[in-house]
Amino acid sequence: MSLLSSTTALLGKELRTEFRSRELLTTTVVFILMVIVLFSFTFDPTYNESRRFGPGLLWLAFLFAASLMLQPCFLREQNNDTLSALRLSVSDPFAIFLAKLVANTLFLLFTEVLMLPVFAVLYNVPVLRVLPQLLLVFFLGSLGVSIAGTALSAISAQARMRELLLPLLLLPLLTPVLVSSTQVTVGLLDPAPFIEWKGIGFLLAFDVVFLTLLWLLGEYLLEE
Amino acid sequence: MTARGFSPTGIRFENIEKRYGGLAALRRIRFEITPGECVALAGRNGSGKTTLLRIAAGLVRPSSGELTFPSAAGAVAGAPASHASKTDALRSKVSAGFVAHATMVYDELTAEENLLLFARLQQTPNAVARVEKLLHEVGLFDRRTSLVRTFSRGMRQRVAIARALLHEPSVLLLDEPSTGLDPQGVGWLAATLRQLRDTNCTILMSLHGESEISMLATRAIRLDAGLIVADTRTGAEVRSILTFADA
Amino acid sequence: MKKQVLAAAVVFFLVGAAAYGAFFVAPTERTMGPIQRIFYLHVSSAWTGLTAFFICFVANVLYVIRRQPQWDWLSVSAAEVGLVFTSVVLVSGPIWAHPVWGIWWTWDWRLTSTLILWLLYVCFLVLRTLVEEPERRALFSALFGIFAFLDVPLVFGSIRWWRTQHPQPVIMGGPGSGLDPTMWWVTFFSWFAMLALMTLLMRARYVMEAARGELEMVRHEAEAV
Repeated sequence: MSLLSSTTALLGKELRTEFRSRELLTTTVVFILMVIVLFSFTFDPTYNESRRFGPGLLWLAFLFAASLMLQPCFLREQNNDTLSALRLSVSDPFAIFLAKLVANTLFLLFTEVLMLPVFAVLYNVPVLRVLPQLLLVFFLGSLGVSIAGTALSAISAQARMRELLLPLLLLPLLTPVLVSSTQVTVGLLDPAPFIEWKGIGFLLAFDVVFLTLLWLLGEYLLEE
Repeated sequence: MTARGFSPTGIRFENIEKRYGGLAALRRIRFEITPGECVALAGRNGSGKTTLLRIAAGLVRPSSGELTFPSAAGAVAGAPASHASKTDALRSKVSAGFVAHATMVYDELTAEENLLLFARLQQTPNAVARVEKLLHEVGLFDRRTSLVRTFSRGMRQRVAIARALLHEPSVLLLDEPSTGLDPQGVGWLAATLRQLRDTNCTILMSLHGESEISMLATRAIRLDAGLIVADTRTGAEVRSILTFADA
Repeated sequence: MKKQVLAAAVVFFLVGAAAYGAFFVAPTERTMGPIQRIFYLHVSSAWTGLTAFFICFVANVLYVIRRQPQWDWLSVSAAEVGLVFTSVVLVSGPIWAHPVWGIWWTWDWRLTSTLILWLLYVCFLVLRTLVEEPERRALFSALFGIFAFLDVPLVFGSIRWWRTQHPQPVIMGGPGSGLDPTMWWVTFFSWFAMLALMTLLMRARYVMEAARGELEMVRHEAEAV
């Protein structure tokens, strides 16, 4: 199917570009680390407090980091007008979005997984026993962030004050993701861990709704 | 450089208009380019040349009017003016190659990676072989594994042209292609375009003034404030159109 | 001109009648006393705000499909008016909560969701100020408006679920909890009056936007010549 092959080709390009410079990944990792550390100064990091505040702060850190990391997404396609080249070459413009959102999800997941042990150590929370479930919520949450973020970065790349605009537009839109991911994570870090299926449900719903919207409206986001 | 296996294609602009808010970038553009013609588009900055070319390339939707690509095999619609259907995105792509001011290739990829990427996206048959052939033809085969970031302006232009020619287009659109090129680069570009013209590729290029490249044109059209003000078809000379009060 | 004055008079009368109903017709609520009467303003504004945002959503969709500037004018008018009514909700909530609970904000799920709704449409308007070219501005704000509106059910749903984990004082006990029939009548009449006010405000804003839009076009034409 040509959508699949276009997406794979473009995904290869996104990954190759990032691995050559590694600028997005390194800055994002350092940013999240810094936010996690700074947040720990705002409350008393005993086990109970960490369990209450930790997940929310973790997800806030991810959200802030993502809203910065997603800015170059379409901005860099403005150098040399490569976006026009893509629009001329692909038969389905959705492939452009699909490739970028898969790449962004992978980048976010990578930084989150890297930061997880740091978070566990600094905040004294047990993560190993719920690792697969944590990865599930990380994945669904990051997917939601990527989908919305990739779509909005296409808008912010063409507006003024784009450094502020993307976080401004993205953060209220991602409220359901923040709320649901945090709740699920709180459940997983409980002394008797459990999985909040309703939260997973909301994350899935968000992902499906926004992916569908992006599929329907993507080509309009790319219009000149 | 051959453009084989396609039937020569013309371009027909039918009452094309483009408005940005209240500003009309193009007004009542109506002309036809016959298959195989090599047309120079002249005009000051802001006269609408780039907009016209980008509409022909399918990057910009006209506010009204119709664009078609007539050929012996029948006319193919270009980008229609309506915005409604999603299938526009999956419309039959017209074989128009586009070379712009910007190189439209990725600096962080090598020449080869760039061409292979676009070849894959366009579903070019025998992509690897085609890319290799093009790299030879533009003289970049030896530098194919170098990042485009390391290329000179002239070399980048060659990659850009290779990208535009990947799918062996029957129509080539160029927006001020000789900008920033040294005389050697201009010479190479002129030779390349001459070869394409001689194999019946239709060429529409915007230019500033006379040059080795403008001499390839068999027809010239001048735009001013979005309107056609002169056309060699209707009597003026190519030379005078290109040099007319270039402010 | 006469028609506008007449329409304004009708709306003024309706709103006045609704206020009268809220203060004198509706019975006093058992536990909370007179302060509960603000409920009629609060709920009718909330429903009206959502109605306005729905109209904005429809205008957004139609703009993306048809690209006629009228839909853009309607969209911004509806968004601004919706924001006005939503602001009333956000202010009337705490005004009610403070005498009853002693605190201004209770993180009640409806009020919290309304806050996010308010933020989303503020962002909608901010986006519009940051894109200069009119057609691009209209398209982008329409697309964001579609994202925002379809996010609203998810926002309300997830926040409601979140708050059920942490029971908190609920503002006004919700309309479903045992309202006397007269109260229902007053509520619906208030909503009707608010809708009339909404229509009046939207129309005025639309006319202003249409004039501004056309002036912009004429100015561009003049500059180009």
